[in-house]
Amino acid sequence: MSWPEFWIVVLRVVATFALLLLVTLINVWAERKILADMQNRLGPRRAGPWGILQTVADGLKLFFKEAVIPRRVEIGMYLLAPFLAVVPAFLIFMVVPWGRPFTIGGNEVALQGADLNIGLLFILAMSSLAVYAVVLAGWSSGSKYPLLGGVRATAQAISYEAAMGLAMVAVVMFSATQGDGGTLSLSEIVERQAGTWGDIIPALEPVLRFVPRWNLFPQIVAFVIFFTAIVAETNRAPFDLVEAEQEIVGFHTEYSGMRFAMFFLAEYVNIFSMSAIAATLFLGGWNGPTFEGSVPAIVSGILPTVWFLAKTYLLVFLFIWVRATLPRLRYDQLMQLGWKRLIPGALAWLVLSTAVISFRQFGPPWSS
Amino acid sequence: MSFIDWLGSPVNWVFLVVGLAILFSSWRVVTAKNVVHAALYLVAALGGAAILFLMLSAEFVAWVVVLVYIGAVLVLFLFGIMITRAPTGKDVGLDTPHKTSPALLSVATFVLLSWASIQAFGTTQVESVGEPTSTEVLGIALLGRFVIPFEVVSFVLLAALIGGVTIARRDLTPAEEEERRAV
Repeated sequence: MSWPEFWIVVLRVVATFALLLLVTLINVWAERKILADMQNRLGPRRAGPWGILQTVADGLKLFFKEAVIPRRVEIGMYLLAPFLAVVPAFLIFMVVPWGRPFTIGGNEVALQGADLNIGLLFILAMSSLAVYAVVLAGWSSGSKYPLLGGVRATAQAISYEAAMGLAMVAVVMFSATQGDGGTLSLSEIVERQAGTWGDIIPALEPVLRFVPRWNLFPQIVAFVIFFTAIVAETNRAPFDLVEAEQEIVGFHTEYSGMRFAMFFLAEYVNIFSMSAIAATLFLGGWNGPTFEGSVPAIVSGILPTVWFLAKTYLLVFLFIWVRATLPRLRYDQLMQLGWKRLIPGALAWLVLSTAVISFRQFGPPWSS
Repeated sequence: MSFIDWLGSPVNWVFLVVGLAILFSSWRVVTAKNVVHAALYLVAALGGAAILFLMLSAEFVAWVVVLVYIGAVLVLFLFGIMITRAPTGKDVGLDTPHKTSPALLSVATFVLLSWASIQAFGTTQVESVGEPTSTEVLGIALLGRFVIPFEVVSFVLLAALIGGVTIARRDLTPAEEEERRAV
């Protein structure tokens, strides 16, 4: 590896990290503003124009607050757990491509932390590691309530992870038919969603000309399952039992100050990363019109990133909208939805989608 | 090649460090007095195994180890510990007087596995799998040449699942039996 290549890798990782921190600041503010609008309130408006600096103020406040350590904690695990929450949250986003690759001085720069050819597997592995933060935070607090909260949150996370993984499998199977062989690389999955469905199905060209070739349309059921599962995975309303107002047993009950803020940060980073993954898998990632030739090259270079952020924020908005709309589920309803609706639904959709794919590829089973 | 020559390559340094870390954490798995700590040392040992796979450029296997063993099996271990007898605070008595036979059994397994792999591969260099991708090669091998062992494993898992349900299910008392019939 030559030096320019090395610096490009460093720059890619740092840029991805910075993007993630910036959007998280905006996310917290956007959520408060949008929720306020939906509830006919004003929301934050004192700190900075439209209250945009409110998150910075809150962050500083949490930073200077005393972080109380209760007497009966398992000190090592207690201090480690917040980091275990934050690190996977940041790593997940590292494999998501957030712009079109461009060439600078003969070196190709992919706007992505790392282009793993098993990107989807990496995402699943990282999101399963996030469970450790919850279970260890609950256990190490040395009190019954966080322990119960931790157990409940763990059960929720592992239940919905299965549905999330199955929805991803359906997309991977479909994506394999859209190019040369199957792939688990996110940049490859994005590139296979370029163009419109009109290019693929010439018979319906006049109608489908304006329909982008996103996986969303053939895989709409997988999208619904995936989105429900990621809302539950990130512990957001209506699945936010771990931090609900009427429940005193959250896994982070015994955390305060900066350590609590790290759990909070991990949640918001996860909302953005998961929305970005959904946008990548279903909404075509950074694909979109770039008006090559009719606008300056710099504009058509930046436009893919703009499309990517627009799609991701559309999903982030959906997260907030769902929170403002739906009532919270009871714990048994949560488990029933996961195990009796989502997982069988995801399995049924996987079988159906695979049957259609193999029918289209190999014809009916009796045709030898 | 002498040991000093072997140490000349930085890759072998990493291998040595990771290997020693795996050995240490595996030893702690069986000696830790706290059951949660034992489970966490097992996580460390499996993480080390994943790093070894990564060093052999077997990315797919490495992340599957993380996903399946660390992310699912051990989370379920911890979950099981938490809902049964979560030891908050000092936990004593996690020990057994019967140490000799398990130790002998483990050493025997180790010798058998090492002997078998040396016999099978000897000094053969590991070849790079993975044209076009290692995932594809693995998938084809798993559902082609190794399809019968693969299915047998899934059958064993199913049997274990049914067995687990049967053992865990509590027999109903006569009164509850009555109640159920009434509904």
